[in-house]
Parts: sequence; structure tokens; C-alpha cells
Amino acid sequence: MATATVELKPKDYKSNVPPDWCPGCGDFGVLNALQRACADLKIPPHEVVVVSGIGCSSNLPGFFKAYGLHGLHGRPIPVATGIKLANKDLTVIATGGDGDGYGIGLSHFIHGIRRNVDLTYIVMNNQIYGLTTGQVSPTSLAGMQTKSTPSGNVEEPINPLMLALAAGCDFVARGFSGDTKHLAELYKQAIQHRGFALVDVFSPCVTFNKYNTYDWFRQRIVKLEEKGHDPTDFVAAMQEARKMGDGEVPIGVFYRNPNPRPPLDERDPVLASGPALVKRPMGITNAEGRKLIEELM
Amino acid sequence: MALDEVVVGIGGAAGDGIASAGDTLALALARQGLKLYAYNSYQSVIRGGHIWLRLRIANEQPLSPGNVLNCLVALNQESLDRHLPEIQPGGLALFNTHRVKRVPEAPDGVQLCPVPVPDLTEVYTKLQVIQNTVLIGALYALLDLPFEGVESVLESTFARKGQKVVDLNVGAAKAGYEYAKANFRTMENNLKPGQDKRFAVMTGNEAFGLGAVAAGVRMYIAYPMTPASGILHWMAAHGEKLGICVRQPEDEIAVMNMTIGANHAGVRAMCGTSGGGFALMTEAVGMAGMIETPMVCVEVQRAGPSTGVPTKTEQGDLFQAKGAGQGDYPKLIVAPRNVYECFETIKEVFNLADKYQIPVIVLSDLLLSEHHETVDPDRFDFESPGIDRGELITEPEENGQPYYRYKVTETGVSPRAIPGVPGYMHVAATDEHDEDGVLISDVYTDPTRRKKMMEKRMRKMEYLRKELPPPQLEGPEDADVTLVGWGSTWGVIKEAIQALKEDGITANQVQIKYLVPFHGKEVAEILSRSKKVIVVENNYDGQFARLLRSETLIKPDGHIRKYDGEPFEPKHIVAGVKKILAGEEEIVRCLSEEPGWRTEHPYPV
Repeated sequence: MATATVELKPKDYKSNVPPDWCPGCGDFGVLNALQRACADLKIPPHEVVVVSGIGCSSNLPGFFKAYGLHGLHGRPIPVATGIKLANKDLTVIATGGDGDGYGIGLSHFIHGIRRNVDLTYIVMNNQIYGLTTGQVSPTSLAGMQTKSTPSGNVEEPINPLMLALAAGCDFVARGFSGDTKHLAELYKQAIQHRGFALVDVFSPCVTFNKYNTYDWFRQRIVKLEEKGHDPTDFVAAMQEARKMGDGEVPIGVFYRNPNPRPPLDERDPVLASGPALVKRPMGITNAEGRKLIEELM
Repeated sequence: MALDEVVVGIGGAAGDGIASAGDTLALALARQGLKLYAYNSYQSVIRGGHIWLRLRIANEQPLSPGNVLNCLVALNQESLDRHLPEIQPGGLALFNTHRVKRVPEAPDGVQLCPVPVPDLTEVYTKLQVIQNTVLIGALYALLDLPFEGVESVLESTFARKGQKVVDLNVGAAKAGYEYAKANFRTMENNLKPGQDKRFAVMTGNEAFGLGAVAAGVRMYIAYPMTPASGILHWMAAHGEKLGICVRQPEDEIAVMNMTIGANHAGVRAMCGTSGGGFALMTEAVGMAGMIETPMVCVEVQRAGPSTGVPTKTEQGDLFQAKGAGQGDYPKLIVAPRNVYECFETIKEVFNLADKYQIPVIVLSDLLLSEHHETVDPDRFDFESPGIDRGELITEPEENGQPYYRYKVTETGVSPRAIPGVPGYMHVAATDEHDEDGVLISDVYTDPTRRKKMMEKRMRKMEYLRKELPPPQLEGPEDADVTLVGWGSTWGVIKEAIQALKEDGITANQVQIKYLVPFHGKEVAEILSRSKKVIVVENNYDGQFARLLRSETLIKPDGHIRKYDGEPFEPKHIVAGVKKILAGEEEIVRCLSEEPGWRTEHPYPV
């Protein structure tokens, strides 16, 4: 990750497209915090790639001044992986919503953690499908009435933080888009973490989720750093990650492995043995090619 | 009568080591300047079952598995029972007396050659697979070929394991060779070994791998799927040495999205799969079309539908490739016609993918990808035509103009900046977007800009079509019949034409390589001069014939189709042409019907 020599401000990461989210949408806070984090880390905007899926939250790259790829529903992680493996000098951030990452894209989430490419994955978790006008999501709480569950959700929500921890994620955090300063600090740590880092963000949908509102969160949110949580303690992280919905909603860094696994670009012999793939020369000579054919002779 | 070519069949169970026996034999023949075409009919089991490898050997390059069987090497009882009746008069059957207890009656003129393998090598008690080496040695004697061919291959194969192992294997082969010389009649043939030039033995999948190397591919991404896994294995075995990052993600959806991500970031990345995997990829193929990121995928077809017959060949995915993904977007679909073209195609399509910023689907099939044939190493040029990245921006340029990633141009191609270049930031979006990349999908409505952007992308197809070489008629202009095929059937159709000529029917051939975009006008012109048009394809529904008709308005006079899992043999096409010309049938549905192909239902009802 290169740093810029000139001073960068959050507005340097602001594109000229105004966000089209509903007034009060939690995703504004996610965007602002990300712009602040990148400015604080002095990452030149052209060295950042924000990759998203599909959903309200996945429109984020359009409002963020950097390189962006607004891909398919559920697929930001594999796209971001391809970009990062091709050019390890870039700062690659994958974003999307809870339906995108924990529903249709769940296997990429788990395997992305297993693969441990140096990515930051930001999930704007609003516990509802917003862009499709309010259906149940994989993180909707049981009992929640939505357009597709008019009698109440009879399935239990997925717990992304416990999944991430169980899958071996070395950096697991959760933020709240109602506290952008705190969120920006989480992003900075996640971006600086060498390996796959998850930041799940409670980002309320003011239009379709009438249950998990800003007020609902504010009444329950507890900052882990304020209650003396040790983020290097895996068991404590699991215990905190279990808490959701009943009484307390912890935010902060749940887990930071004191002995993190090396990221894929240090383990893959080809990636580890030279500059970024995109900067290497292409093709081979006929003499080199002939040797490959001679293996078959 | 001395044979100009010999077809050897090696039969056994999975685990009997047929592939390595076949490799030894093929390499030995190639090193002595003989040409061969080998096709393995195998099944989806790791141990047991029946495997049937046929090697057709000649002085000139054979282009198909051939029609008949001359020599049988039976590694077990079942193989002898199955294939003995197929052997042509003058042929022979070799087998190990320890493995085969019951010898069926041989057809007239077929020599039975029982070899007491345990008496010839002590190794057999510990390592039964040595029987393959003994029998290959014996076969070499009976074909009257110089033993040095086998010896040299065994030496190079086992060199790493030390001289003792080499001596042991060469000794076993020599014992088989000498036993056969002493006890059986050699088969008269006109094979001329010992030519100076050595040939390589290559599969289509290996040629794809070599093509990728020549094209400067830096990443190969795939999920295992027969019959495309050969590319993955070759790339994985060579990736580290050649600086190619090889990854095997969780599914084909991840494969395609990763491949597009890597290409988007500026490397050349390739992926490979078969029909089922490609079905999972198709949404993302459309993404590549929409965000105008180049991508190359090799789709190796196998017999469908669904899981189908994973180890059998078919050309049944043309419509899937053509219809991949929702909506209209520019794409190139190419079906290489032989092993050389597998190599050439990858170099070619990466340049086209970069130039037009489109996804490319290379349609192979199990037959083309997995069969082995001898190839001339001098025909593989890794440096020509060279790597052309098209309009790619990798360094900033001060020209004072704002950068529009999707700028509308005459050709529809807009200069492509890769992430990391200062001053060219943009978002590549799968939503409809304007020239600057900003979404127009979420506005109330914007028919003008939507139309403009659709036309910008689709315009590339016209330029691409003009750039691609149109199909040519092969053979005499005034032939009685024109055979039209696509992709891998090129060789077998060519051989069928030769056989028809001997029967007094003249035929010519149009073999399509570029399927999308299609040279409708050019093909129509050729076929309008044909007396009869017959389409030959390896599927049930005539997918290509339907494409041909929609692009040229030509209704073929007949169809020869095969969808029983086994590839066409020249005789199938010859018989089909005769039936169609005689007005007996319009659609001839071929079957490999020799006794060796038949099986009882495995379990009683």
C-alpha cells in the first residue's frame, strides 16, 4: 500500500455523483467513514479499487472517487480476489449488503476467508432486502414481518461474525453507521490488516426495516473497547459475536489474530516471487516454448 | 495383404495402467517418426469398469480414431471377450495367460497370441502392472517395429527411478518382444519407422495450455471438471516455472468472476470448464460483455444434458455458449478444428478479446481436448503473431481531455484504463451506464442514452466479423455433396470424404471455426453453389444446423448426427451420406454398434 505525499481529505474520495440512497439511509455513514479512513491512511484514490455486488449498498462505488467495479449480485469477493491477485499493489475493498454477502454470495465469503487474500470486506448489514422493496434477508431476526414473510420470519438469522471467526478470519469487526468516527477507525485497521478483514456494519434501512432502527441500535450498542474486551482472545470474540438482538449489540474489533496467517500473495509461489503480475513481461520465446513441447516427445 | 495403417486397441479396467501403457506406445511410435491418433473411451470410475484405448498408427497423420480394429491388447478377461469379435482378418489378440483363463473362439484369420507373462518376468509376482510393458514389447515385435522405440521411452520414463528400474522395465519389454518373435507370426504392414524427424504426442488440452503460455497468460483459474481438467493439470504442473498463478476456487461462479477481475486489473487470465460449470458462469460472462472487460474461457463439451455422461464426447453446448447470460452483448465463440488450432486459437482470441474488450468462449469437446495425436513441433510458434493488448492505458498521459471509459466511438471500442493509473478513475458497472461509466439504470427513463450504449457495444460485432477470416470450401467445387461441420469433426469429415471418393461419390467440406459472429453471407454464397448440403454434428437436435439456417436461410438436404457418447468414425459419415443421397433418410442418427461397445444393464431390474 503506497501512501500519498500530499495531504488527502475525505472529499478527495468523493465522486461527482450524489448518492441516490433514501434520506437517512445508513449507507451514507458507511460511505463517509470509508472516505475518512482512506484519507487518514493517505492512499492515493487511483490505487484504491472498490468492488461491489448488487443492492442499494452496492451502489457505493459510484459515489466514491477511486477505481470501481459494480459487479454481480453476491460476487464482489471473487472479482476483488481476481483484481488483487493480478495487482497486489492496489488497495482492494469489497462491499455489498447482507443479502449479497451472507445470502447469495455466502460461499465466496467463507472461501474468501479461507483463501486469505489481502482484502477488506465491508458488509452493509440492514437485515432486509431494500432495493427489491423489503423482503426477508439472511440476517433478518426471527419473527420479522416483511413482504415475503407477512406472518413473520420463521427462520433464524445467520451470524456472520461467528461464521467468520469459525472460518479462520484473522480480523473481524463490526461497526454502526450511526457512529462514523468509530467506523472509520475500524476501516483503517481492516485496510491495514494484511489478509482478509471483515467489517460488518449495521446500516439501518429507514424505509423497509421498521424493527432494527437507529433507535433500536442506539439502545443496545456497546463498544467492545469500552468494556475491556481483549481482541486477541478468540474465545471471548466468539462469546461477544454470539450476542445479537437480545439486550446487547457489541461493536468494535471482535478479533485480531496476534499470529495472523500470511496472505495468499505471500504463500502462492508465483505471486510471492516477483512484482505484481500485471507488471511482469508477457509471453515466451520459441526456444522456451520448444522445451515445453519436448516434454511431450 | 499388408496394411497401410494399424489400429491397436488396449482394453482393461481402470487401475490397470492403460493410460501409461498407451503413453509408452504412443511416444515410442512418435519417436520413430510414425503418426498416430489415439482416443480413450473411459468411464467415471477410479478402479474397475472397462477402459478402451484405441491408437491408430500410420505413416501419414490419421485424423480420426478410424473404423476398425487390427490388434487387441487385452489386459483382462473382459477386454478379450468384448473386443475379440471386432478384430479384422489378419489381425491379432495379445493377452497375458495369467489374467485371461478362458479364450473365446477367434474370428477367421485372427491370430491369438497368449503370452505367459509370469514366466517372462519375475517382477510380475510383486507388480502385476508390468504385464503392460511385456505386452507392449510383444506388440512391437508383432508389428515388426524396431525395439529401440520402446527401449528409449522406458529409459526416459524411468530414468529418475534409477538404472535398476530402467533395466527391469526394458528387460520385461524385451522378454515380451522376444517371446512374440519366437512364438507368433508378425503382422504384415507398410509402417515405415525410423524417420529422422521426431514428433510430439499432444492432446488438445495441452495445446490450449501451450497457447495460453504463448498468449502471455498470467493466471489460470478453474474448478475441476472433466474433460477440461487436463488444462488445469497442465497449467498447475507448469505454472510455478512459467510464472502463471493457478487457482482453484470454490465453484465456477467464483472462477468466472475471478477471471474477469484479473483481466479487469490488466493481466491476461484464462479459465476452463465443461458445460455444467459453464452454466454457472454465464451470468458473469454477460458481465464481461457489459463492463467491456476481455475474458477467455475454454468450454470443453461433454455429453449432456445435466451431469450427462461425464467421460463421453458431444457438441451439445453450442446454444448454451451462444445464449450465455441475459440480454444482448458482443462476444466471440470459436471452435478450433484440430490440435494445432487449439494452440493458435488461444493466441488469436486473447488479442481479439483485448482489441474488442469482449468475452471469448472457445468451444472444444472431449474428443478434441483429450485425444492424443502426433504433432510437428516446428508448427508451434510462440512468438508470432505477437501479443497485442489493443487500446490499453497503463500509464498516465497528459492530454487535457476528461477520460470517458465507455466513450462512444465508430468501432464501439473505447480506450481501457486499468486500475492504478492516475487520472483515469472510473466505475465499471453491470448496470447500464453512460460513456463516463455513471449509471443510467436508476433514472426514470433514458431511451436515448440506453440506445446509444447498446449500439456502441454491439457495433464491435460488425468490426469483429470483418476481421475474422471467413470459412473456405475444402475440396472440389463441383462435388456431389457438401459436408458442413464445426469444430472437432474437421478430421473425421475429411477422412469420410476420402472414403466416399473411393466409392465414387465426390464430396467437399466447409468446416466452421468462428460460430459467433457468423459469416452468414460468405457461407450462404458457398453453399448456394452446392448440389447437396449435409450437416454433420455430434448432438441430437442439430444445434449448428439451426444456427446455419437462421444465419443463411439455407435448409440442409440432410443431417448426420451422433449423440451416443462416442465420436464419429469415418464409416458413420460415409453410410449417412449414402442414405441421404439415396433418399432413405433426412436425418441419420449414427450409433457405435460393434459388440465391444455394448453392455448389459449393470444391475438386474
